[in-house]
Amino acid sequence: MRKRGVGIAAGFYPMGMSGGGDSSQALVKIQPDGSAVLTVGSCDIGQGCKTVLAQMTAEVLGIDYAQVKVVNDDTDNCPLSFGTFASRVTYVDGKATIAAAENARDILLEVAAQMLEKSPEDLVAADGKISVKDDPDTSLAIGEVAGAATFGMRRLVVGLGHYMRDPATPDPDTGECDPVCSLAWAANLAEVEVDTETGEVEVLRLVSSYDVGKAINPMLTEGQIEGGGAMGVGAALSEQLHPHYPGLEDQPTNLGDYAIPTTMDIPDLESVIYECPSTNGPFGAKGLGEMTANCPAPAIVNAIHDAVGVWLNELPASPERVLRALDEKGGG
Amino acid sequence: MYSLEFTVNGQLCQVAVDLKTTLLEVLRDKLFITSPKVGCNTGDCGTCSVLMNGKLVRSCITNALSAQGKEVTTIEGLAEAGELHPLQEAFHDNYGAQCGFCTPGMILASKALLDENPKPTREEAKEALSGNLCRCTGYGKIIDSVMAAAEQMAQAKS
Ligand code: FES
Ligand code: FES
Repeated sequence: MRKRGVGIAAGFYPMGMSGGGDSSQALVKIQPDGSAVLTVGSCDIGQGCKTVLAQMTAEVLGIDYAQVKVVNDDTDNCPLSFGTFASRVTYVDGKATIAAAENARDILLEVAAQMLEKSPEDLVAADGKISVKDDPDTSLAIGEVAGAATFGMRRLVVGLGHYMRDPATPDPDTGECDPVCSLAWAANLAEVEVDTETGEVEVLRLVSSYDVGKAINPMLTEGQIEGGGAMGVGAALSEQLHPHYPGLEDQPTNLGDYAIPTTMDIPDLESVIYECPSTNGPFGAKGLGEMTANCPAPAIVNAIHDAVGVWLNELPASPERVLRALDEKGGG
Repeated sequence: MYSLEFTVNGQLCQVAVDLKTTLLEVLRDKLFITSPKVGCNTGDCGTCSVLMNGKLVRSCITNALSAQGKEVTTIEGLAEAGELHPLQEAFHDNYGAQCGFCTPGMILASKALLDENPKPTREEAKEALSGNLCRCTGYGKIIDSVMAAAEQMAQAKS
């Protein structure tokens, strides 16, 4: 018999490392034509930091996104970064990038102020121009300013930025500390169908909602949520690294044994992006990546309980484990 | 050693192979076409997929000599005169690739599907790609890409 059930799971997740040293640096160079090159150390593994960091740079400098080139493919030559992990790149590299872009913008404003015989505070960078705040018709294209800086004033327009949180050191008496930079929140809902004859579980729906603070790029955000959703379904139902842990016998050695979900195992995933801005994140963003893989499994296990009344306390909830649990309970 | 003669992306190639050489080894190690990826080398993941006479094959478990006289297409052979194939465009526009490791195989599997069935349903698209694993995307945006390309190609025809 096939039985249906619904389960939910909630979660929260910080980003980055709290013990100190979780650092990223960024460098924004304005080219003589007004375009920008951002150099950072965190690599893009497909999550889209090249896009997101370029967006942030463009936003701060008031130039078009297409005018920003991101160089992040060689840790020997790029500024230091702690790496692409722990949901930290949008946040930590983002803050470093914003600082570097602001620094570069300040240089541009200084140069433009000289050219326009104004003070830098009177100027604003937007829409590819630097203009006088209370006289918007008086303006210079950013390319003009960068060109004059480079070729007229012998100035290199480079902004430097850095972000590193203070280490969270517990108070020796109370243990109190502040290990969390930003908290992202999550709610997942899964609907499953359990086959009581075979023990197979099919995920019919997975609705994943995440408070990302600010979705700097909604399409990429959705891509993270869906990717994590599929990983979560795999973790819940089929992926098993060490069947006899802590013993290592029978561990899978290829993708035939280690069953990651295929197109046929994943329903059309539904993502809900919720934005409650972080007070300190870049443009309000929080860390998202990692948590997206964590919430589906508990939601699915809860849904299995709702469907057939058994708790699966070990993952994956393989057909064998489901059948054993049903047996123990005494019939489906 | 045997002489294997076949066409890769429109170009005639001649390679010395032995009886155990796989098509994947020929493409990557002799012709330096590295878009077919060695995901598993056991036929389980689809990252090594290429088209042989228009049919999708897993090059890691395809004996090189079975390509004798045939036409093999890798992702490099899809763009024409510098124009991306509509499938490539669609994967780009719909964020159908994250790390990109599965992408050459995904796009070739999609091409094999659309060549046979230009107007697939979402279910049919899922089924056609079910032999190609992806660790990053959760597949949704890959299927979106295939559907978008099918639509685009149908419009271009009419
Ligand atoms: S490498 Fe050929 S199927 Fe995985
Ligand atoms: S995009 Fe990374 S495996 Fe598919």
